[in-house]
Amino acid sequence: MTQCHFFIDGKDIPFHPGQTIMDAAMTAGIYIPHLCHNPDYEPTGSCRLCLVKLNGRYVSACTRPAQAGGKVENQSEEINQQRKTLLQMLFVEGNHQCPGCEKSGRCQLQAVAYYVGMLSPYFTHFYPNRQLDASHPEMMLDFNRCILCGLCVRASHDGDKKDIFAISGRGIKSHLVINSPSGKLGDSHFNAHDLAASVCPVGVFLPKHKGYEVPIGQRLYDRQPISQVGDVAGQNKPAGRS
Amino acid sequence: MSDKLRVATASLAGCFGCHMSLLDIDERLLELIMLVEFERSPINDIKQIEPVDVAIIEGGVANTDNVEVLREFRRQSNILVAIGACAINGGIPAMRNHFSVKECLEESYINGIGVLNPMIPNDPEIPLLLNKVHPIHEVVKVEYVLPGCPPSGDAIWTFLTELLEGRPIHFPYNEIHYD
Repeated sequence: MTQCHFFIDGKDIPFHPGQTIMDAAMTAGIYIPHLCHNPDYEPTGSCRLCLVKLNGRYVSACTRPAQAGGKVENQSEEINQQRKTLLQMLFVEGNHQCPGCEKSGRCQLQAVAYYVGMLSPYFTHFYPNRQLDASHPEMMLDFNRCILCGLCVRASHDGDKKDIFAISGRGIKSHLVINSPSGKLGDSHFNAHDLAASVCPVGVFLPKHKGYEVPIGQRLYDRQPISQVGDVAGQNKPAGRS
Repeated sequence: MSDKLRVATASLAGCFGCHMSLLDIDERLLELIMLVEFERSPINDIKQIEPVDVAIIEGGVANTDNVEVLREFRRQSNILVAIGACAINGGIPAMRNHFSVKECLEESYINGIGVLNPMIPNDPEIPLLLNKVHPIHEVVKVEYVLPGCPPSGDAIWTFLTELLEGRPIHFPYNEIHYD
C-alpha cells in the first residue's frame, strides 16, 4: 500500500490514502482532543473538539481525509481557545456537577477540559431539566450529562446491532431517546455488557450496585492528562474484544 | 496601616469546604500571614467588610443575603476570586435548579422523612431563596477562578503565592480538578 506523508505542527506523519487526519495522528501517537470520536466507529464530526487547521482552514480531524503534503496545525493558542470555548458551551448546556458524578475522574469531557486548561464554564448556565432513567436493573442513565456525541447510538447500531439509542429533536431540543415501547431502558433489549454501555465519554451510563469504587487520586485522569492516558472507552473495552 | 495585601473571604451557598482547604495549607499559613492581612472572613469572625485588595468567594448565590454580601464584597475589592465548584457553576446546591422553590421547601419542611411539626419557616430574618442557584459570575464580575470541590490546599497555595508575586498563575496538572 502506498504511504504518503503530511505534517502536524511541523512533524512528519505517514498515512495511507483514505485515513483521516485523526486516524493518522492516533497511529503516530499524536493527541488531538476529541469527544465524539472512537476509532471503532464511523466518525461523525459532531463535537468539533478535534478542529485543526489544514493549510490554514478549520476542519474536523476525525472526518477530514489526510492529504499528502498537507500542513495541519493542532497545537496553537488560537485553536486551544476555540476548543476551550466549545467545551465551555458543552458544560453550560447540560448539568455537569462533577462533585456529584460517579464518572468524575474518568470522564473524558472533564479530562479534555483539563487538557485545554478550562478553569470555568464562563457562559450563563442553562440548567436544563432532564429526567433520569433508572428503569433497567443494571444500568442507570443520567441524561443531565449527555453531550449528544452519538457514540452509544453508533455502538448500538454498528457494534451491538440492536439500535437501542437514537438522537431525536433538533437544535437545542436534540436529546437521546430509547427504542422501547415505553421509551425506558428497562423495556428495551439493552444489556449492561453491550458495547453501547462502554463508549460514553461522559457520565450518562452509570452501572448500578457500585459507584465511587476508585479513590480520588487513583482514577484514570487524576495523575496524568488524557493526552497520555487515552480515551475512557479504551479502558472500558470488554476482554476479548478488540 | 500595614502595607500587606488585604484579603477578605466569604462563604455563600457553599459548605465551608473551600475554607477548610485554605486552612489545609497547614504551616504555610504562617508564611501567608506574613504576606497578607485577613479582613472580613469566617476565619477571624470579622463581620464588617472594609476595602480589600483580594476577595475570595466560596459558594454560589442561592438567596437574597448571598446577593447582598457578594455585591458588597465586589464593591470593596480590587480582585475578586471565585473559589470552588459552587462559586463557579453553582455546584451541588444548583442541583435544586430542576425544582421550584415551593417543591424544595415542601420536600425539606413538610414531606421530608422524619419531619416533626411540618411548617415552612417564614421568620422575616431568614433570607428569601432565589428561584435558582447561580454561579457568582452571573451576578458580579470575577477576575480569577480556582476550581475544585474543594481545590486542594496545594492548589490554593499555588494560586495565592503566584498571585501575590504578580505572576501569571500556572498550576501543575494534579492541582486542577472539578471535584
